[in-house]
Amino acid sequence: MEYFIQQLINGISVGSIYALIALGYTMVYGIIKLINFAHGDVFMVGSFIGLFSARYLASVGLPPVIVLIISLIISMTVSALLGISIERLAYKPLRKASRIAVLITAIGVSFFLEYSGVFVLGPQAKGFPEILNKKQYQLFGSSVQVDSNQIMILVTTVILMIILQYIVHRTKIGKAMRAVSYDMEAARLMGINVDRTISATFAIGSALAAAAGVIFGMTYNSVDPMMGVLPGLKAFVAAVLGGIGSVPGALVGGLLLGTVETEISSLGYSSWRDGVAFAVLILILIFKPSGLFGKNVREKV
Amino acid sequence: MKKLKLNKSFWFGIVFSLILYGIIRVLLTTGVLDDVAESTLILVCINVMLAVSLNLINGITGQFSIGHAGFMSIGAYVSAILTLNFDVPLVFALLIAGLVAALFGVLIGIPTLRLNGDYLAIATLGFGEIIRIVLLNTEYVGGASGLSGIPAETTWTIMFFFTLLTIVVINNFIRSSHGRACIAIRENEIAAEAMGINTTLYKVIAFSLGALFAGIAGGLSAHKFYVINPGSFNFLKSFEILVMVVLGGLGSTAGSILGAIVLTLLFTALQNTPELRMIIYSVILILMMIFRPKGLLGSTGLSFMKFGKKEAKPDDVISESSSS
Repeated sequence: MEYFIQQLINGISVGSIYALIALGYTMVYGIIKLINFAHGDVFMVGSFIGLFSARYLASVGLPPVIVLIISLIISMTVSALLGISIERLAYKPLRKASRIAVLITAIGVSFFLEYSGVFVLGPQAKGFPEILNKKQYQLFGSSVQVDSNQIMILVTTVILMIILQYIVHRTKIGKAMRAVSYDMEAARLMGINVDRTISATFAIGSALAAAAGVIFGMTYNSVDPMMGVLPGLKAFVAAVLGGIGSVPGALVGGLLLGTVETEISSLGYSSWRDGVAFAVLILILIFKPSGLFGKNVREKV
Repeated sequence: MKKLKLNKSFWFGIVFSLILYGIIRVLLTTGVLDDVAESTLILVCINVMLAVSLNLINGITGQFSIGHAGFMSIGAYVSAILTLNFDVPLVFALLIAGLVAALFGVLIGIPTLRLNGDYLAIATLGFGEIIRIVLLNTEYVGGASGLSGIPAETTWTIMFFFTLLTIVVINNFIRSSHGRACIAIRENEIAAEAMGINTTLYKVIAFSLGALFAGIAGGLSAHKFYVINPGSFNFLKSFEILVMVVLGGLGSTAGSILGAIVLTLLFTALQNTPELRMIIYSVILILMMIFRPKGLLGSTGLSFMKFGKKEAKPDDVISESSSS
């Protein structure tokens, strides 16, 4: 039982990373119906920016918590700008094109980011600096352990979720985002600047992915230009699992997928882990394609 | 009268390709084209097979599949095991491999083809990855290291005739009443159903026919490159095929052929600059989609037919009137 709880805790920290990436997928899909395959690579870029700023700030001699916060902010800001530029340069000219054309462009952008990364940084994995010293804590006198990193992940994720909830439900731009995802044409007629809203969505999604990238780097201590591919794909699975287009769905889907994966590997089937993620995806698609939190849309003639 | 005309252009296409085959055969035997050129030609043909078969699923039937590499890997593994462990002649091994892949097409198609649009795309992507992971975990087929020492029996002659077979079968299928049914499904599934078309049946037929030829293509590529492992059939390979189809013009067989030729040659030409290769490739992809989202032959491209590339004329006309 304690072993199970231990794995559950580990699963939640992996799941938080998936959830943060999945939010970007789900928000972009909700608003322009695009599977943004480049999102996993924005996560990679965010991780590298976090790495470089953390290295620099640590060499200046700032305290660890400040280093973490500042590198998170730098990485999120730069990635948000990257997200906006990707949208402006690659997706905006295709607003009226067929969806498959946009999808191919997204794949192109994804390749571009990956191989530019390989070209500039080299294909080798780089060590991520240990920003916070890892400390182990015992939970309730039992043998269940939590380390400081996992607490940091949970705290960061929760803070970001609260900020996101606030933006989506309490601000003007959040209202605009909900309106555009509900009906783009009607929103435009109501005087909402649709292009700016879409840019804002990309910015928020990319910033969350960058935060996930920094967290990922701190957890696994190793980043490379291809690291975005598999987490990106699995985060997408998480988004579908929760119901694509739904913000709470992405969170729940990410946590669920992370937990299931960790439990599967802890049972000794770690080489089947990726397969399980996709099997879950297919079961969900066959039995409840709208996901756990998705709305069921009936097709009309 | 019209039928006669189509037949004429059909035979013209066949004769033209046979002449093309003959010329290349002579150039190969006389040594004007070296081994590298032969490998490139075979690679082009493999990709043509993959692109044309994926176009049947994505472009003609309108079912968005990105799991084509999965079928390719099934074909590659089945044929490799047959030739390695059971000494089956290559051609039979390929046919069996194709049939097994088609069977998987039916098995995967029946549950997933109820989904539509993006969901189908994700499901096929998922199935492609599951096939890869199952292969990765199966000791009999070598696990992560895969199979090696596969006899390199794919020659230009075998490759050419299988490619021709693929194009002829798929193109004739598209022009038959079954193909019309598939096009009707692409245009409007509900309307097609109302007209009495068994949409599930035709979707599964198109899906498994595409899988059949993808399997054969996988087998041919396994017998060309000696080694296969699960890593070479991941979703990037599926994307590569998809990109060929879309770049050439979705729904146009001639477009798929052209897309496969152009991209394979581009890829080979950039081989000397491996770091920059993918960057250039991706930039071309993005610019192409921005400035010509319908692909190379998406709406025009009839002039290309004059050179006799297997008269894909009818579907070009269709894709012109429909792609909106």
